[in-house]
Amino acid sequence: MTLDETSPMPLALLAEQVLNGLQFGVMLFLMAAGLTLIFGVMGLINLAHGSLYMIGAFAAASVAGATGSFLLALVAAMTAAAVAGALVELVVIRRLYARDHLDQVLATFALILIFSEGTRWVFGSFPLYLDIPDMLSGPVTLPGGIEYPRYRLALIGIGLTVALGLGLLITRTRLGIRIRAGENDREMIAALGVDISRLYTIVFALGAALAGLAGALVGAIQSVQVGMGEPVLILAFVVIVIGGIGSIKGALVGAILVGLTDTLGGIFLPSLFRLFLDPSSAANAGASLASMAIYILMAAVLIWRPTGLFGARG
Amino acid sequence: MRWGLVNAVMLIGLVAFPFWALAADEPFMITLATRAVILALAAVGLNIALGWGGLVSLGHAAFFGIGGYAMGILASHAQGYTPLMEWPFLIEGTKSMPVIWLVAVLASALAALGIGMLSLRTTGVYFIMITLAFGQMLYYFAISWTAYGGEDGVSIYVRNGFPGLNTLVPVEFYGLCLGVLLGVLALNAAVIHSPFGLALNAARQSPDRVRTVGLDPRRLQLAAFVLSGAITGLAGALFADLNRFVSPSMLSWQMSGEIMIFVILGGTARLFGPVVGAVVFVALEHSLGGLSEYWHVFLGALLLLIVLFARGGLIGLVAGRGGGS
Repeated sequence: MTLDETSPMPLALLAEQVLNGLQFGVMLFLMAAGLTLIFGVMGLINLAHGSLYMIGAFAAASVAGATGSFLLALVAAMTAAAVAGALVELVVIRRLYARDHLDQVLATFALILIFSEGTRWVFGSFPLYLDIPDMLSGPVTLPGGIEYPRYRLALIGIGLTVALGLGLLITRTRLGIRIRAGENDREMIAALGVDISRLYTIVFALGAALAGLAGALVGAIQSVQVGMGEPVLILAFVVIVIGGIGSIKGALVGAILVGLTDTLGGIFLPSLFRLFLDPSSAANAGASLASMAIYILMAAVLIWRPTGLFGARG
Repeated sequence: MRWGLVNAVMLIGLVAFPFWALAADEPFMITLATRAVILALAAVGLNIALGWGGLVSLGHAAFFGIGGYAMGILASHAQGYTPLMEWPFLIEGTKSMPVIWLVAVLASALAALGIGMLSLRTTGVYFIMITLAFGQMLYYFAISWTAYGGEDGVSIYVRNGFPGLNTLVPVEFYGLCLGVLLGVLALNAAVIHSPFGLALNAARQSPDRVRTVGLDPRRLQLAAFVLSGAITGLAGALFADLNRFVSPSMLSWQMSGEIMIFVILGGTARLFGPVVGAVVFVALEHSLGGLSEYWHVFLGALLLLIVLFARGGLIGLVAGRGGGS
């Protein structure tokens, strides 16, 4: 490693933290995209989206353990989550579209209980581990001499590619046209002969597959365990509320904003407080504020724009 | 009339229960019943916002936890003989329940006022999410607040006292909690039949009509939210006293979800709905928890069936859906 005496270290630190925030943000986007589509098209709050993330991670860990192939593990994660999503949509979610949000919150909360305890029943309470594939392990040197884990860089790439693909799907394909039409006027597109209940199942399965993919990808840098979905779920809610519910673009902007705020806040708020507080209280106050930063961001956005940055509907 | 019957059965059951438990020599049952009564109180609080105000708050654990921390902070300073603060004036801790309750109610009402003023700018799903976010904000704050134990929370050695009672005797503490619950239920009944309660009901059903008669629906809802938060905060102080322990888990979003389950399980906007819900939940927790380690699966399935097929909750099932409260 060549360390130039004159180059200030904080710049490398900043770059690394920005990349970490970006990586966190694009993974949140994978979760948030499904949530926001499901809300936009079906008007449904799905608390059980975190369970689909967990199912993806467990499927990936099991398949990777059996076959040793990371690629197969990712395919398994998306398939398992999509199948679970489609099943849940057909059996339960379908009955909730006409209900108010309160019923939706409760029914999907009940689904979390079933999925979480069911998974604990099958896999036990101990976490599983999913290894980073050899091809993507180790660091990579970026321009400017910054060393960064190759896998995390790949996550950023995958996340942005999915975002682009999803954007093209929504704007350029027939399915995308139907999804957008479904957001605007579901009676009309049903009258035009689109099988609306099949469209709903497809959208739900698509969102579930994205959540499963996120679970598998993040599962390789954290451990795979019951309850891993809920913290991410709440952050994904923060993301779609900031971005405006129903907007894919809003989800992307919101996700990156939340990812950066969370990562940079944790690093820089304590040092900011050190300017006018003694070190130990600065560390405490900084850590407290950093852990609340994204919720403060969300509250601020909602007070400023009650339907989010890109949202139209309430 | 079946309404009155359900309520009367519930009331007699709660009063008679400790006599049965004492006669059957099952002292643990009294602690379990105390837990149910306190959780019922928390849910009665939420029911005012959720049932009558139509405000789906997924952040009521915030008030529950604030009440809990009010107890933890005051009592831990009292047991350590360290003042809470010395400047600008001296404030000492206390082991007296009435003082702790007052502080818990005031603190959670103040928090509900702040959170309510900001959250009521939004409606529908945004309201659910912003209340959830405020709850999480306090949760993470409590975790990083090392002065009061951070993630480990605060324990106290001896339960706080109430003048004229020995709160260390389980049945006396149960009686005290039941007394508080019944007092709050009486207040709740008076509020919903008052002009304010009627206006609040109207604001939920048709805000435009309320506006045309010259009332501000948002102010009505804010008042309901503050009352609701204060009651849930009082329940939090009692809950922490029951366990002689408070930790960030009282502020977690799962706690908010559970309080909401009590309300829905029993039946929203029913005076005794939250009481039925909390009692049934604690009974299920105890009986299913004894049968299987994974009892949450069955709880989830039951909850799902109730939401999908028994709208109006358990009270609605027993007493029919028609009006009355």
